[in-house]
Amino acid sequence: MKEPGYFKTIYLSVISLLKGMKMTGYYFTHLKEIQTEQYPDNRATLVMADRFRGEVIMPHNDLNEHSCTGCQACEIACPNGTIKIITKQEILADGKKKKAIDQFVYHLDLCTMCNLCIVACPTDAIKMGHEFEHSVFDKSQLKKILNVKGSKVKAGVE
Amino acid sequence: MKTIFLISLSSLARHIHIWLEELIGNPNGVYITEMTIVGISLIVFLVVLCFFLGYAERKVAAFMQIRLGPNRVGPQGSLQIVADTVKLLFKEGLTPTAADKFLFHLAPLIMVITAMLALAPIAFAKDFQIFDMSIGVLYVASVSSMAVIGILMAGWSSYNKYSLLGAMRSGAQIVSYELSVGLSLISIVILTGSLKMSDIVMSQSDGWWLFKGHIPILISFVIFIIASTAEINRAPFDLTEAESELTGGFHTEYSGMKFAMFLLSEYINLFIVSAIAATLFLGGWMPLHFGHWEGFNHIMDYIPSSIWFLGKTFLIIFIIMWFRWTFPRLRVDQLLNLEWKYLLPISMVNILVVTLMAIMGWHF
Repeated sequence: MKEPGYFKTIYLSVISLLKGMKMTGYYFTHLKEIQTEQYPDNRATLVMADRFRGEVIMPHNDLNEHSCTGCQACEIACPNGTIKIITKQEILADGKKKKAIDQFVYHLDLCTMCNLCIVACPTDAIKMGHEFEHSVFDKSQLKKILNVKGSKVKAGVE
Repeated sequence: MKTIFLISLSSLARHIHIWLEELIGNPNGVYITEMTIVGISLIVFLVVLCFFLGYAERKVAAFMQIRLGPNRVGPQGSLQIVADTVKLLFKEGLTPTAADKFLFHLAPLIMVITAMLALAPIAFAKDFQIFDMSIGVLYVASVSSMAVIGILMAGWSSYNKYSLLGAMRSGAQIVSYELSVGLSLISIVILTGSLKMSDIVMSQSDGWWLFKGHIPILISFVIFIIASTAEINRAPFDLTEAESELTGGFHTEYSGMKFAMFLLSEYINLFIVSAIAATLFLGGWMPLHFGHWEGFNHIMDYIPSSIWFLGKTFLIIFIIMWFRWTFPRLRVDQLLNLEWKYLLPISMVNILVVTLMAIMGWHF
């Protein structure tokens, strides 16, 4: 490409500098554009983005049912060994045995929020929650059991 | 000139002078007392100014970057700078073992003193000037270029490669940009025919040079702003500090109040440069007048001259801050290219045009 001439260079650079100044000048005069969230003050009205990853959660419905079949796909997918699934054998009404989860153990202190477990889950039993205030004084509190006590797998989820 | 205030700054100074003459009688005693008063009030003014500029800069920066800026200490964060100063006061003043102790301690003082010296001939209001010398413009140009000695001293004595690199860059930068600053100052001196600050202000009573001088003076105004931004080492020409490359440049090794002095001198220099630009190009304390709009001119006369001066100065300070928070930093070769290949030739040609204009009387 041919270099622009002496005066063309001056003209182009002045134009580009003025463009930049117009942008910052616009922001200076339009204070409603400010993006800052005053976090501890606006806790009540804080809205997190949908794709924000705070922790892994397992949604339960009103009947205390979840969709986890205990297939352990998330445990295999996790690069850090964050998830441990303890399974049990459930005896169904017709006498057949079926694999089900006893405890879905989630170590929040090991989790890097990489989202691989959510991608791996075939039944969409787990998803990323928006809670991010995880600070505790004792590390053992970060080990969480995601399935609520006494919960069952949803009917029809295989 | 009429002012709505019964006490203007010049009459205040005159009253103090008369009062001191009655009180002391001895002219030498009066002189020394007045100098002390001027010195103390100047220091107080500068400290208040630096507090204000520090706050203003952080707010301007924040708003231009879609942030809020300081907003916790005091109303709207206005006491943030006070908190920072208290923090700096309590910090340990560390001196590197290998440093040249004498020069290391002397450098921040030289920076502040040279910065304060340059304030002497600036007219803050009508008939209100510390020292109206006949070579005001030359004096400011020469004193302000002495700041490079302080920077070189700081860089050399710190015994740190980053400090030394920053100081050397600063040397190259100030030596080159001094030329453009000087040439654009000369273009006004050609038109006024005087180096005296009060003469230069008086010559603009019928219109500011920026308007009277047509395009050549506009060009020299722009060149002055660019070159003086470089001379006071502010972004986009802050190669001497260049946080990302030199971890702070010549003041890397400074901490506590010695560091605060560098900060102080930076803001004083910013004020001086803007004050000079306001005096030479925007008419100093002269109110804005348009040819035959008698009513408009009359209203403008009612605004005190000190407000006019400070208003113009802060306008230019704002423009320089605007530069800082918009433009990316130049490389060293780009910096020198800009001066030697663009600013210097343009201002030289410009000087010829201005001279021709002055001889032919083409300005108003």
